[in-house]
Amino acid sequence: MLDAIGVDSIEALFDEIPSTLRSTIEGVPPGLGELEVMRLMQARARQDGRPLCFLGAGAYEHHIPAAVWSVISRGEFYSAYTPYQAEASQGTLQSIYEYQSMMTALTGMQVSNASLYDGATAVAEACLMAVRAHRRSRAAHVLLPRSVHPHYRAVARTTAGNQGLVFEERAALDGGCTTPAALAAVAGPDVTAVVIQQPNFLGHLEDVDALTDWAHERGALVIAVVNPTALAVLKPPGEWGAKGADIVVGDGQPLGCPLSSGGPYFGFMSTRLELVRQMPGRIVGRTVDLDGRSGFTLTLQAREQHIRRGKATSNICTNQGLLMMAGTLYLALMGATGLERVARACMARTAELVTALGALPGVRPAFAAPRFHEAVLQFDRPVAPVLEALAARGIVGGYDLADHYPELGHALLVCATEMRSAADIAAYAGALGEILRGARAA
Amino acid sequence: MSLPLREQLVFEYSQPGRGASGQWPAAEPAAPAVPEALRRRSRPALPEASELDVVRHYTRLSQLNFSIDTHFYPLGSCTMKYNPKACHAAAMLPEFLGRHPLAPASLGQGFLACLHELQQMLGAVTGMAAVSLAPMAGAHGEFAGVAMIRAYHRARGDAARNEIIVPEAAHGTNPATASMCGCVAREIPVGADGDVDIAALKAAVGPKTAGIMLTNPSTLGVFERRIGEVATIVHEAGGLLYYDGANLNAILGKVRPGDMGFDVIHLNLHKTFATPHGGGGPGAGAVGVGERLRPFLPVPLVGRDATGYRWLDQRDLPQSIGRLTGFAGNAGVLLRAYVYLRMLGAEGLRRVAEYATLNANYLLRRLEQAGFEAAYPGRRASHEFILTLKGLAHGRGVTAMDVAKRLLDLGFHAPTTYFPLLVPECLLIEPTETESRETLDAFVGAMSAILKEAAEDPELLKRAPHHMPVRRLDDVRAARELDLAWKPAAA
Amino acid sequence: MSEVREDRRYARSHEWARELDDGTVEVGISDHAQHALGDLVYVELPEVGRELKAGEACAVVESVKAASDVYAPLAGQVVAVNTQLAGAPELVNQQPYGGGWLLRLKPAAPLAAADLLSAGDYAAVAAE
Repeated sequence: MLDAIGVDSIEALFDEIPSTLRSTIEGVPPGLGELEVMRLMQARARQDGRPLCFLGAGAYEHHIPAAVWSVISRGEFYSAYTPYQAEASQGTLQSIYEYQSMMTALTGMQVSNASLYDGATAVAEACLMAVRAHRRSRAAHVLLPRSVHPHYRAVARTTAGNQGLVFEERAALDGGCTTPAALAAVAGPDVTAVVIQQPNFLGHLEDVDALTDWAHERGALVIAVVNPTALAVLKPPGEWGAKGADIVVGDGQPLGCPLSSGGPYFGFMSTRLELVRQMPGRIVGRTVDLDGRSGFTLTLQAREQHIRRGKATSNICTNQGLLMMAGTLYLALMGATGLERVARACMARTAELVTALGALPGVRPAFAAPRFHEAVLQFDRPVAPVLEALAARGIVGGYDLADHYPELGHALLVCATEMRSAADIAAYAGALGEILRGARAA
Repeated sequence: MSLPLREQLVFEYSQPGRGASGQWPAAEPAAPAVPEALRRRSRPALPEASELDVVRHYTRLSQLNFSIDTHFYPLGSCTMKYNPKACHAAAMLPEFLGRHPLAPASLGQGFLACLHELQQMLGAVTGMAAVSLAPMAGAHGEFAGVAMIRAYHRARGDAARNEIIVPEAAHGTNPATASMCGCVAREIPVGADGDVDIAALKAAVGPKTAGIMLTNPSTLGVFERRIGEVATIVHEAGGLLYYDGANLNAILGKVRPGDMGFDVIHLNLHKTFATPHGGGGPGAGAVGVGERLRPFLPVPLVGRDATGYRWLDQRDLPQSIGRLTGFAGNAGVLLRAYVYLRMLGAEGLRRVAEYATLNANYLLRRLEQAGFEAAYPGRRASHEFILTLKGLAHGRGVTAMDVAKRLLDLGFHAPTTYFPLLVPECLLIEPTETESRETLDAFVGAMSAILKEAAEDPELLKRAPHHMPVRRLDDVRAARELDLAWKPAAA
Repeated sequence: MSEVREDRRYARSHEWARELDDGTVEVGISDHAQHALGDLVYVELPEVGRELKAGEACAVVESVKAASDVYAPLAGQVVAVNTQLAGAPELVNQQPYGGGWLLRLKPAAPLAAADLLSAGDYAAVAAE
């Protein structure tokens, strides 16, 4: 090969690089064969073990049918590139079209994109989209109440702060929920968009009709942030209030994506047809080929970074392709009936968990409002040491709300999905009882 | 590859009442009721199909795809190298898979050790002082980089600096990112030899310069020879240098961006570090910084002290640009990149740029010999190179797109077409280091055959592909008559 | 070879402007521009009533390969937009100087005074 090129050595191919810049590799240990690297990784994994998880807070442990990862781990999906050459990517493109269809059905909206990075960035993108799309509002003022996931709010600030958006986050909680009165108390005269999370971060069900109508009456767009499992039993955002939500986003993790320490997941976004050209991310459309046969292709690309450059709707280039596929397979396998069964099982298990833990002295549910699959428990002492003691017993007890919701006192956000059995719940209650009584670990 | 199959929509397998019932939890008649006003009234129109139908459907769809596992994919600037299966297997170990992102650090020391070591290794190979693994894609990493540059200037009281200099050959994400950060992209020309126009750069820098975004080797596939001078000019004007790591595969182990004078870089782990492309994602866009920008890194990062590993957040980095992700980023992707680096080791990493560059230069020479025209004939190829087909276009009306489509018929995924925008009718070709000589020779054979067809039967090329599951698709109709979702037929 | 009509004036950015009998000024894009863009799939038009400065981006014409801004050739208030384009953006390709007009302005100053090119000068620009 070197002869063909006409050089004596591979080094000669780097002769354009100034010699003063050349370096060698340090800080990387010698390579390991596959046997050794798997031994290393298995040891690291064993170190972490498999504690019993009662934590939600935006990521939920669900059963993932074996078929999901078996099929998407096929090289044809796993190692395929972005479907820019449509003729060589009909598998990916048709899957995306089916995904888009399923998400519009689930959310009650008309169009969906091919996914965004995660739920948090999807909220940020929705806020930017609302500001772009809102023809009359000049303020770029977005109401982002405390009932929205604190990480989502943080990401919205980081992402959209440099583009002149102003976020109003002070709307207070009332009984664990957001009310129109609380929003009105902090809203400026010109509100561009209102973000409503359902179920909210604390697990409670908001009066989405009242909130949606209030926002629309103020001339604001409504951004719905939803849990996809819950949509099996809850009214979809397309039907909220008199006119329905305008943009719907959320994290698709519960649909076929393992917890995996936080990612990769996928963000979903759907909207009304009139707003489709403001929606960031990839979109697949069905069309015909030269022979008149149906086929799929990326469309509306003129809005995207590789064409619009400085005036793009966003700089987003990737979607979470493989995870979006996991979501698609999960929904196809579970169907409406399966998803509803999962949702009800989660509600049932969480109710049992709240009953079991709430029966312990010093522990009580914070709010009476209806909930989905999470609940806030208030304790008679700081939560952090309790969680540490539970961790030592192999239980991840929940999410300490002290940092983000100091107004709730010593409070813990707990969750039980269909993965938690009655025995798991009893084990948690037993361990917690011992810890609260001051019993030593066995 | 299998014979092209027609495959209906998954919804068309539905039969009322059918489903993969073995996957459903038991019914819960005693579950709390949803309040009436909030209840879903009509079932969502999801498929009602058996598990076998669903598996068969998506398996057949997969067979309609090209992928690295099935085809040579010389997409310039995408680095389509082999994704080692061990990386996937390790990341999917049940303990890693089942760990909640907010679980206590005491129950994640194994996982955190992998991430911490990944931070260290990425910093070492790029010559940067600190790394954050949070950004979830290259564009996300770019956003973090430019946001950090802005934050740095603001912290110094220099908020007027809002111009980001971008070479006109840059990838579209660069100016888009500048806008997202509230900056203005200022484009400067590239010389005929492919290097940045130094005189234009000198004219463009000034008190409003926040920084410059560069890829090196550039998007034209050539090494920016005067990078030292570029760095000096920008630094002296008070700006910072941002490195777009899309082309890192060309210089891994040979040059470090930190040594070239870059203050902040983003890496595309799904390119250089072999994590899967997944049909469009997930990626990971780790960012590395010099000491000046360390305080501004996005959180969370992994830190280490006497007690072990833990997450560092805004309390540890009060000047951080903030949180970019719901949790800690694409953790599963990061584990795959970690395993890749551990398997390659130092000597394997050294070979990456060497073989990527060897393969690119070999392919360039063989294609030139076959009659193709290099866009920058006087220059070495880096890990990729550009051919211009404008001769074919003028002579025969055969475009780069036609050649790309015909390659699909011959069993090769097309190279990148029409990027960079500066070169007319171009193909940007990147073989990567994981391809054998035989594969490269076969590609040259296919390209030679196409050249012959361009002379003898140009219509064949203009209507290609002929043997794929679909022919060329009507893009205009797709955008005018929007059909973006299947809807059930009205009852 | 693209068509350049004599009966109107042009901006360097490929918009044309012509005065109508009622004193309003009609605005569109040239044959050269529509050809460069390719088949249009969508046109985004400003709201009636909006005040525009000369050179201000006021519309977007979108094809599969590009989404280009259209700049107001002169200052004025939008009095009408071509609502046909919503369902038939291809009118801009087929009749760039006729049925594919984009918007009509009440000009702030007479068209004759605007800093625009004659047909002949624009033809030279388009040929570059």
